[in-house]
Amino acid sequence: MLAHLPVLQVIVPLIAAPCCLMIRSPAVVGRFVQLATLATLIISLGLVREVLEQGVLSYALGGWQAPWGIEYRIDPLNVYLLVLVSLLGTIVIFAAPTSIKSEIAEDKQTYFYVAYLLCFAGLLGILATGDAFNVFVFLEISSLSSYTLIALGQDRRALWASYQYLIMGTIGATFILIGIGLMYMMTGTLNMHDLATRLDNVSETNTIFTAFAFLFIGVCLKLALFPLHLWLPNAYTYAPSLVTAFLAATATKVAIYILLRFVFSVFGAEFSLTYLPVREILLVLGLMGVVFASTVAIYQTNVKKLFAYSSVAQIGYMILGLSIGSAAGLMATLLHMFNHALMKGALFLALTSVAFRLKQTNLTNMAGIGRQMPLTMAAVVVGGLSLIGTPLTVGFISKWYLVLAAIEQGWWPLAFVVLFGSLLALIYVWRIVETAYFQPISAELSGVREAPVGILVPMWVLVLLNIYFGIDSQFTVSLSELAAHSLYLEGR
Amino acid sequence: MSVAIAVARTRDLFAATMLTGIYSLLSAGFFVVMDAVDVAFTEAAVGAGISTLLMLTTLKLTGQYESSSRPLQRIALVVISVTAGLLFYGFLDMPIFGDPAAPIHQHVAPRYIQHSAEEVGMPNIVTSVLASYRGYDTFGETVVIFTAGIGVLALLSYVRSREDVSQAALAPMQPHIILRIVSKILIPPILLFALYVQFHGDYGPGGGFQAGVIFAAAIILYAMIFGLDVTLKVVNPAVIQFLAALGVLIYASVGIVSLLSGHAFLDYSVLGHDAVHGQHWGILIVELGVGITVASVMLVIFFNFSSRVDKNQDSHS
Amino acid sequence: MSWLAQYNYWVVIVLMMTGFYIVIASGNLVKKLMGLTIFQTSVFILYISMGKVRGGTAPILEPDIDLYSNPLPHVLILTAIVVGIATTALGLALVVRIKESYGTVEEAEIQQKDNDQC
Repeated sequence: MLAHLPVLQVIVPLIAAPCCLMIRSPAVVGRFVQLATLATLIISLGLVREVLEQGVLSYALGGWQAPWGIEYRIDPLNVYLLVLVSLLGTIVIFAAPTSIKSEIAEDKQTYFYVAYLLCFAGLLGILATGDAFNVFVFLEISSLSSYTLIALGQDRRALWASYQYLIMGTIGATFILIGIGLMYMMTGTLNMHDLATRLDNVSETNTIFTAFAFLFIGVCLKLALFPLHLWLPNAYTYAPSLVTAFLAATATKVAIYILLRFVFSVFGAEFSLTYLPVREILLVLGLMGVVFASTVAIYQTNVKKLFAYSSVAQIGYMILGLSIGSAAGLMATLLHMFNHALMKGALFLALTSVAFRLKQTNLTNMAGIGRQMPLTMAAVVVGGLSLIGTPLTVGFISKWYLVLAAIEQGWWPLAFVVLFGSLLALIYVWRIVETAYFQPISAELSGVREAPVGILVPMWVLVLLNIYFGIDSQFTVSLSELAAHSLYLEGR
Repeated sequence: MSVAIAVARTRDLFAATMLTGIYSLLSAGFFVVMDAVDVAFTEAAVGAGISTLLMLTTLKLTGQYESSSRPLQRIALVVISVTAGLLFYGFLDMPIFGDPAAPIHQHVAPRYIQHSAEEVGMPNIVTSVLASYRGYDTFGETVVIFTAGIGVLALLSYVRSREDVSQAALAPMQPHIILRIVSKILIPPILLFALYVQFHGDYGPGGGFQAGVIFAAAIILYAMIFGLDVTLKVVNPAVIQFLAALGVLIYASVGIVSLLSGHAFLDYSVLGHDAVHGQHWGILIVELGVGITVASVMLVIFFNFSSRVDKNQDSHS
Repeated sequence: MSWLAQYNYWVVIVLMMTGFYIVIASGNLVKKLMGLTIFQTSVFILYISMGKVRGGTAPILEPDIDLYSNPLPHVLILTAIVVGIATTALGLALVVRIKESYGTVEEAEIQQKDNDQC
């Protein structure tokens, strides 16, 4: 059965989804979904072992060899992200049975679980596949289900946010489709590995340049790179908190993965980073993203929106690592993808428990909440410290490697911007801490108790992971290093 | 092309919807000219049929005219000229239209054309590629449709109270005797035609997707003439949801059978006593799964839209 | 290279930009989705055009024909059409709900109501 792990990784949640619709009862479905995600997590860990032992795994779907059939191709890069997505997807869903009671109507809960699994499977499918068109299909599975998940939010603005995301997301996906079409036209193949070898002959043509541009813009829309981030803050703010925790931790990372995959594996580092001014563009956009989004975050009154803007800023850091254009920079990007998922997963789960008790997440209504919900707010503090980049948290690890990579290239100003970004993060995190701990308790909060165990446990698992990987970073560092080096080798 | 521009100009959304339908039908005609008969069939059924129907149902709720404000006109013009420029630049280097020596016709595709007959054994190459060589994409496509069904259910479904049902018992078109009789004559052949398309996809254009849409169309026709509530008594919503999930599972089960017999996921060759026979069975079952899911999701979507319209009209009156 | 020979592709650009323009410029949510449909259909035409072989026929095997158009783009576009209708259906469902809770489907009015609420 080991040989089938690559496909099982995706089809387990994919097949579990329709089963949920047949079971119907939300309580049973909840347990069933947890089982399915847990199985996915175990499979992904199994895949890590296989990849470390055997190198790249290739799996021919339908028994047809690539490029005629569709291939699943697991290498260090996507196995790293497969673990990331299945880990976060699993931990977050364990908070679901408790938290959705307060956020999603009873008759919609089954649909929530089905959409969640579909989104989960869609993201995994994008990661595992080695076929460019298959990326598009699974991208749409995950997108359509995330529009649904966001629209399940109780505020009517969730509908509007979901609609805006749908328009932006579909434009992005169609751009990607155009890009894939043009590449296919020039090479006759859809398999990424095959594309990489055949693109060399035609890389000087206008058509391939256009294909690259369309893919690039389409993916940037999806990953909410500044200034194409406009859909993200509202979507994250008005979606059910649990959905925000899941999407913030995984969806943008998968979009970055698509970018890395096309930039490095398909077009090759030489074409995209040397021949085209991609590095410069990424550098400027990443810097603007970090500074602008962090500044906007400081002025937010809704904590969910605050952290949504902070996500846009963190995406900026990942892009900066990429723009450095060395294996060390890429490694910093990969580390930060994993670490940011841990931070934002923990933070948004903490907000889930705030929303569970308070029914909203406005900062003004959270005065003195630190004494009423000590465990939840402690999680916010640890997550916030990690976001700033204090030592002993994961945030420190990724910032450290990012600064190192920048200095290695002699890019001192970049290192300063990273530190300045941390300062801005310090300001917005401090605002929350100040309100939660140092302001007198408002009257409406006096009856509020700590969140139920069902949310606390998954939340603290993530918080502890934040600390664990901040101290013992061997797993993430070695895997991301391996992935970064293999991408640069491929590009050559 | 001018139709599309007319859509952009008109403010009457009803007219725009009709024009979009015509546009779809025209592009279906274009696809026939381009030898893509399967695609044309689907575009005609989906673009001109289902999506026009959905647009009209929505318009019934949202009103027919759009307001005159177009705040982003300038930005839009800038964005589209940049995009158009980029496309134009890229298209300059493209292989000449229809050139048999273009790379796209030299790599990958020749195997489908030359060997699909002995490898898969279907005259319709599109079906072979769709259901076998790239069967996993089609599985994904079925899941996309299923996802849309879940999305519409999550957004629009609501618990109907007894009162709603009795109030809306009168069908919109019940008095039209001619329509009733004509549709009674028409619906059985449509259903039969759907079955023909379903099982004839190996030889001619057609397959599970198109059949599912046609099948759903027959029931939607019934619902439009005889009223939603009568139809819902015949076709139970819970059963349709079950079927939507079942279709995906049928597709997946083929894959699981091949997994269990030690082959790759969706490798059909294990299903029969020899590889080509297995392919036949595999494609047949898979297409059935697609057909069931598509038909039931289309019905789910239509029922939820129109019952939402009924509900809102009740609350307004 | 003959300009006329690429006629199909020029049409694709015009259609694509028409659809794209509607999506960005129109303030009506239903109309935006129509624009999206046109935008997507133009991509379908792009794919199908590149699959055409001059003198070829539809890719259904017949004993006495040996030049066929490329079947692969057809397969891809079949999938893409399905994705398109799925998106449209979901989008329209959202529009229905937006109309119910905001009472309008004009972008400007929705923004206005959101700002009032804040």
